[in-house]
Amino acid sequence: MSARWRSAGLHALLLAGAVLAASPLLWMLSASLMAPGEANSSPPPLLPDRPTLEHYRALFTSLSLGRYFLNSVIISLGGTVLAVLITGIAGYAFAKLRFRGRQSVFRVLLAGMVIPGQVAMLPMFILLREMGLINTLFGAMIPVLAPIYGIFLVRQYALSIPDELLDAARLDGASEWRVFRSVVLPGLAPVMATLGVFTFLSAWNDFMWPLIVLSDDARYSLPVALANLAGEHVQDVELMMAGAVVTVVPVFVGFLFLQRYYIQGIMAGSVKG
Amino acid sequence: MIGADARAEARAGWAFVTPALLLIGVFFAIPVVGAFLLSFTDFDIYSVADFGSTRFVGLQNYQDLATSPLFWTALRNTLYFVVVGGPLSVAVSLLAAVLVNAKLVRFKPFFRSAFFAPWVTTLVAMALVWRYIYHPQYGLLNAALGLVGIGPVDWLGNPQWAMPSLILLSVWKNFGFNMLVFLAGLQSIPEELYEAASLDGAGPWRRFRHITLPMLGPTFVFVGVVTMIASFQIFSEPYIMTQGGPLKSTLTLVLYMYEEGFRWWRLGYSAAIAVVLFALTLLATLVQLQLQRRREP
Repeated sequence: MSARWRSAGLHALLLAGAVLAASPLLWMLSASLMAPGEANSSPPPLLPDRPTLEHYRALFTSLSLGRYFLNSVIISLGGTVLAVLITGIAGYAFAKLRFRGRQSVFRVLLAGMVIPGQVAMLPMFILLREMGLINTLFGAMIPVLAPIYGIFLVRQYALSIPDELLDAARLDGASEWRVFRSVVLPGLAPVMATLGVFTFLSAWNDFMWPLIVLSDDARYSLPVALANLAGEHVQDVELMMAGAVVTVVPVFVGFLFLQRYYIQGIMAGSVKG
Repeated sequence: MIGADARAEARAGWAFVTPALLLIGVFFAIPVVGAFLLSFTDFDIYSVADFGSTRFVGLQNYQDLATSPLFWTALRNTLYFVVVGGPLSVAVSLLAAVLVNAKLVRFKPFFRSAFFAPWVTTLVAMALVWRYIYHPQYGLLNAALGLVGIGPVDWLGNPQWAMPSLILLSVWKNFGFNMLVFLAGLQSIPEELYEAASLDGAGPWRRFRHITLPMLGPTFVFVGVVTMIASFQIFSEPYIMTQGGPLKSTLTLVLYMYEEGFRWWRLGYSAAIAVVLFALTLLATLVQLQLQRRREP
């Protein structure tokens, strides 16, 4: 009897927590479907009286959110592909290839992880300005290209690759690049997928750096455009909620399908770290 | 032959790490050093056009910081966010992890995903959503509190409540990540420890206190340091929700740095704020690691 009560109490608590966690997201979705002004009433309605898609239509027609969406896709996808490649080979090399200075370079990198990214932003702005990369989508993806935690993550994973496997491939005359491509890469696939979803997420959600580097309206990423829009349309709750939905949906849907990689990535990375 | 192989391997090793090191060097290491140098100059809007007009001013920017009331306000607000928001976030994560991990619980993956979901969302979008949730008249929060008889609060308009409101949003948004880290830690605690303690007559609280908490030691270090570093960097929430107000009650160090640097183009002064941020983060990390080391045998 007492076990059953305990179980009921526990589930009630968890369910209340889940409702609290989900309610801002559900309300956002609901309000985005309300008629203009409908959300601004007291008490606030939970569901739209007559659901409408007009705000979504307005966002993609007169407010050209489609362009910002495309910018964000380019920044996030481009950044992810490059980051996975660059950190993948680096992480593998730090784990498995013997070269002089490997340990000390890796230690320096690890120490660099405590430096907040914002510290670098002012000089980076000046640097990118000199390089002509201000206001380019490439400029916006730079911070995600070589994440140190990614190198660390791949390295931890690659450490478990048996040396015999690599040596056998080398004896067959394979070059180091061949060894990586045909022997190592298939084994690293899970950690590369994890790295990929995290990189995409951080590139998609990033705000401060794109805000600094993208000053031309046509180059805005979705979060920057949304923040800008929010300044002009403070009163248009429903419109802004539709914009928030559009911004969140890609990463959210991605999460629903790829949650295995998120959850395993976080749980594995932290235990080994 | 062996020597040639080892040389080929070493060459490949350097070749494989070079792209990453180049990027980190050019776009991180050099700018970090640059921030220190910049903080000793009067780099401003004129320097952006012509580097030649920049002068070294020694510690002038730091002296200006020390005498600027705004800087101290930003520092105090940031520390408030770190000292109150950080532990709260860790506590909520731990509570969620312990609940989800309980043996009686069914549908674990569902609860795990539901709690984790806010973490994958875009902060800018969520800050907008919460701005409306906090609306004094039409917001969900006041409507819900009204049901239990708590009067309307002007969450973002009241200097006393603005920062706690940002903390609440931030805890909601981020606790799922640390919950997963704690879950991994909880699952690595051997079941026999709990069984032995139960046989000795220890209740749930004593098992939590004497087995779970000590066994989670290393996890606490990781979670504590990562959460704290992230907390020092709070920017988007005040930028979107309050612009640092009301009465500068949510002006944070990074927001102050952004405004001085990219609104007023006082990059030298702004770099000094960046250096202070760096020093604070480093100091707090070292203190936390030291405390942990001392606690362990």
